[in-house]
Amino acid sequence: MKFLSLIWSSMKRKKLRSVLTLLSIFVAFLLFGILCILKESLTGGVSATDAARLVVRHKVSFIQMLPQGYANRIKTIHGVSLVAHQTWFNGMTKTMDNASDVVVPSFPVDPEIFMKIYPELVLPASQMEAWMSTRTGAVVGKTAADKYKWRIGDHIQLTSPIWQTEAGANSWEFNIVGIYTGAKKNTDLSGFLFRYDYFEEMRGGLDKSMVGWFGVRVDDPQQADAISKRIDDEFANSPWEVKAEPEGAMVQGFIQQFGDIASIIRAVLSMVFFTILLISGNTMSQAVRERFAELGVLKAIGFPNGLVLMLVLGESCTVALLGGLTGLAMAWVFSLGGSPVPNFLPVWYMKPQDIYLGMGFALLLGLVTGAVPAIQAFRLRIAEALRRDA
Amino acid sequence: MSAESSDLVRIEHVTKTFHRGSEEIHVLSGLDLTVARGEFLALMGPSGSGKSTLLNLIGGLDRATSGSVIIENDRLDELDDRQLAAWRARHVGFVFQFYNLMPVLTAQKNVELPLLLTHLNRRERREHAEIALNAVGLSHRLNHFPRTLSGGEQQRVGIARAIVTDPTLLLCDEPTGDLDRKSGDEVLSLLQSLQENGKTIIMVTHDPHASARASRTVHLDKGQLSTTGPE
Ligand SMILES: Nc1ncnc2c1ncn2[C@@H]1O[C@H](COP(=O)(O)OP(=O)(O)OP(=O)(O)O)[C@@H](O)[C@H]1O
Ligand SMILES: [Mg+2]
Repeated sequence: MKFLSLIWSSMKRKKLRSVLTLLSIFVAFLLFGILCILKESLTGGVSATDAARLVVRHKVSFIQMLPQGYANRIKTIHGVSLVAHQTWFNGMTKTMDNASDVVVPSFPVDPEIFMKIYPELVLPASQMEAWMSTRTGAVVGKTAADKYKWRIGDHIQLTSPIWQTEAGANSWEFNIVGIYTGAKKNTDLSGFLFRYDYFEEMRGGLDKSMVGWFGVRVDDPQQADAISKRIDDEFANSPWEVKAEPEGAMVQGFIQQFGDIASIIRAVLSMVFFTILLISGNTMSQAVRERFAELGVLKAIGFPNGLVLMLVLGESCTVALLGGLTGLAMAWVFSLGGSPVPNFLPVWYMKPQDIYLGMGFALLLGLVTGAVPAIQAFRLRIAEALRRDA
Repeated sequence: MSAESSDLVRIEHVTKTFHRGSEEIHVLSGLDLTVARGEFLALMGPSGSGKSTLLNLIGGLDRATSGSVIIENDRLDELDDRQLAAWRARHVGFVFQFYNLMPVLTAQKNVELPLLLTHLNRRERREHAEIALNAVGLSHRLNHFPRTLSGGEQQRVGIARAIVTDPTLLLCDEPTGDLDRKSGDEVLSLLQSLQENGKTIIMVTHDPHASARASRTVHLDKGQLSTTGPE
């Protein structure tokens, strides 16, 4: 298009101003991209949950424990098909540079039932067999394995500030026997799973035979609420009252606080976008106002009003798309690097829908900021534009 | 008919009234003017007398309040905005007092601007622009930006831009108004040679020195034209 070079050279008119405008749009869209990654990270777990799964925890809080024997009672409740317990182990290891200790999301589980209830964790059959036959065996998610350079056959130690062995040590020995992958893109692969029978045998203290919470598979997801109610009732007025709820709700509750952070970020981002709209809208108006005489000359030469309108819109859209797309691209590159806090936010990628949404926003920004100046340019009367006081 | 066909510009009973708030400013009141093909007309008159206004009406940059402006066989008042723009692109070249070049474009790209509206391809546009710049004696300044050119050179680029589409009519609003005597003379000689090559030129000027180069001079005062000066 022969008019493109005209648009391009217009942008070179005030280089500093163009660069600053581009930069502010770039930053806004970079922020937008990162927020999208973060939002997916915070809520992706919810959509990844299975509607046919319930979580049964202590009524008061997540950290209070329940008797392991509850599993059998829950299983007898009408509508329940499988029950698996898990416990927060809080295992810690050294970072690769040995500089600090980090928490690995780690849980003692009953391998067979657990893997049945969480089929999105994909473990090769041979590794499953190895796990079943190795008392100290542990399987780790791909993300964790990559991060800590764990390989099958490795002998490793985790320390737990919560759990001591009967001998009084807080260092626990494990053999890595498997690495699981995810059936879906947003499956959490940062975990470390090991055998409950090993854990139960080794641990000392008062909490023996107590577990953290239960994962429950129900026959009919439609009945999830009714079954939850039945489970709650079953243990009402017992020393350990429980709260059962669909997994999504639990995860949602768990991340409610992050959700609030997300809405704060969203509010901040709306303000950023609003500011960008004002800044680039104002810049664009100013750029066009300064150029009334030039636009008047173009019209005098014979450029029709519609073409002048398109030139101005083309310029505002070029600026918005240039700044916006580079910002989005930068965010995307950032997402490729993986989560900076994989324990905290294991799911870390940019959804294609969000990229398209960002592109749409950029175009919209261009159209909106260009609209008023473009219409002004369209309506500009040549004789007035050319008067020297104009 | 023969008299008519030699007239390029016919202005009949033209009035132009501006509104500034509730105030009406009658700038032109029932003015008649014909300009023959090939003429070089100087339009003089006191500041604020309406010279630019009249020139704008002839060039289709503005519309008369009443009366008709006929150029060749086109009645400008009957054209809509889009047709008028297309008519300007084909038939008129404008030269302005302050050159009004695009500062971000080189001399050559400035001259190419009117050609963007034609079907010429990139190479043809470049060639046409080179020919026009050659005609105004600036073939050595093709890639210069306006700010690196003198006032006289900028005005010659302005003239090249006005003639690059080979229009019938050249309208100049105080083309030497911002130039020193020497550069002004160069511009005037250029306009004269364009007239000799068949262009019809209407030039607004305050400068008797400039009007002396024209083939005819008319004076505008109080909304009317006269052929003699006010003195
Ligand atoms: N768009 C407009 N709105 C209101 N008044 C206008 C407009 N354009 C011109 N005028 C008025 O019309 C009168 C004639 O203006 P014009 O620019 O045609 O004068 P001029 O003869 O070219 O003057 P100068 O020699 O200073 O260029 C002036 O009083 C001017 O203020
Ligand atoms: Mg004037």
